[in-house]
Amino acid sequence: MALTKEQIAQRIARELKDGFYVNLGIGIPTLVANYIPRGIKVVLQSENGLLGIGPFPEQGQEDPDLINAGKQTITTVPGSAFFDSAMSFGMIRAGKVDLTVLGAMEVSEKGDIANWKIPGKMVKGMGGAMDLVASAKNIIVAMMHTNPKGESKVLSHCTLPLTGVRCVKKVVTDLAVLDVTEAGFRLLERAPGVTVEEIKSKTEGKLIVEGDVAEVAF
Amino acid sequence: MSKVVANADEAIRNIRDGAVLMLGGFGLCGIPENCISALVRKGVKDLTCISNNAGVDDFGIGLMLQKKQVRKMISSYVGENAEFERQLLSGELEVELIPQGTLATRCLAAGYGMPAIYTPAGAGTEVAEGKEIRSFSGKEYLLEYAFEADYAIVKAWKGDTEGNLIYHETARNFNPLMAMAGRVTIAEVEHLVPAGELDPDCIHTPGIYIHQIFQGASYEKRIEQRTVRKA
Repeated sequence: MALTKEQIAQRIARELKDGFYVNLGIGIPTLVANYIPRGIKVVLQSENGLLGIGPFPEQGQEDPDLINAGKQTITTVPGSAFFDSAMSFGMIRAGKVDLTVLGAMEVSEKGDIANWKIPGKMVKGMGGAMDLVASAKNIIVAMMHTNPKGESKVLSHCTLPLTGVRCVKKVVTDLAVLDVTEAGFRLLERAPGVTVEEIKSKTEGKLIVEGDVAEVAF
Repeated sequence: MSKVVANADEAIRNIRDGAVLMLGGFGLCGIPENCISALVRKGVKDLTCISNNAGVDDFGIGLMLQKKQVRKMISSYVGENAEFERQLLSGELEVELIPQGTLATRCLAAGYGMPAIYTPAGAGTEVAEGKEIRSFSGKEYLLEYAFEADYAIVKAWKGDTEGNLIYHETARNFNPLMAMAGRVTIAEVEHLVPAGELDPDCIHTPGIYIHQIFQGASYEKRIEQRTVRKA
């Protein structure tokens, strides 16, 4: 069984360490906040100017001045702080944010990422993605292994315009957990019941398989 | 000479066709609603607007797009706006998309009197095309220039008659950066108080950057993505 979006988020949440400052992108990455392991404290950064994102507000408590980078109404946790957009990207650029999780259209075996533009389609913009991938120390990509046409998104070279180069450290898809290494994608774990052969057939980039590959366990 | 003006129409009265404007806000959060309405009433055209987003069809900068007042948008993300898309595809509107941190820092540079900055954002991508690239400690950085804007139009929570400003929550975003960066900066505030009422330790934007200030007549503060906890 391929992992659900919730399970991808749950698997990524295991990469969190106590004391981490974390930026979660829009989509599957946002779900990671629902699976922060017990006993671990992380502070969520929102690039529009907040450290300490809390849950969505109760009905009727929505505050138009308090939103996340996806423009959703949110709350803050005790100990939160607001700041302007330059400081927000300053702390990102200076490497203060420990982990960035974001979605992607394509990832290459060198760690390049494409997630902002499809030629021929209306381009909405890169938002903060280029700043994040250019500076984050640790970037995990959360995405489906293939696109709706069944084509691999885990490639030797990205075909779409790049968002950043040589920056992705790990990829968690519905089929596999992959490390990006100097030699290519190293298969760390596979989704329950998904064979190494299936992952190989759906990975266009170089896939390194060493020994028995464990299933993702929940 | 007082910085206080009566209303938005008076604050923007000198803005002419072809002006380069900075408009604060992130999405619809912390946007200068009253000045945007006044710009629509005045009908100035051929504007270049530097703003993180372009509003939605019927609110924010979207209102100026409807009246075809904007010639060029400089933004990081411009989704959720059908009229914007139509004008872009028909060639009526020019758009320059730049990374959000670069947008913020180019405002900061202007306000800090620095002609340019180096940032790694966009290195190795099409954003780097035609730009000066320099390597520091083995990593590539792009030279990005400070913005030059005729007017910065910002929105704050509280302001005093000296032009000192305090923002509220994430409605701060680009506002303090743009406030520093305009040749002329107009601030609209929810609460305008006499000098001395704001704690000097808590000022986000010192009044030196502000040329005109007024209390907005009303604020709709529309929410773009209303999300609530599951009951």
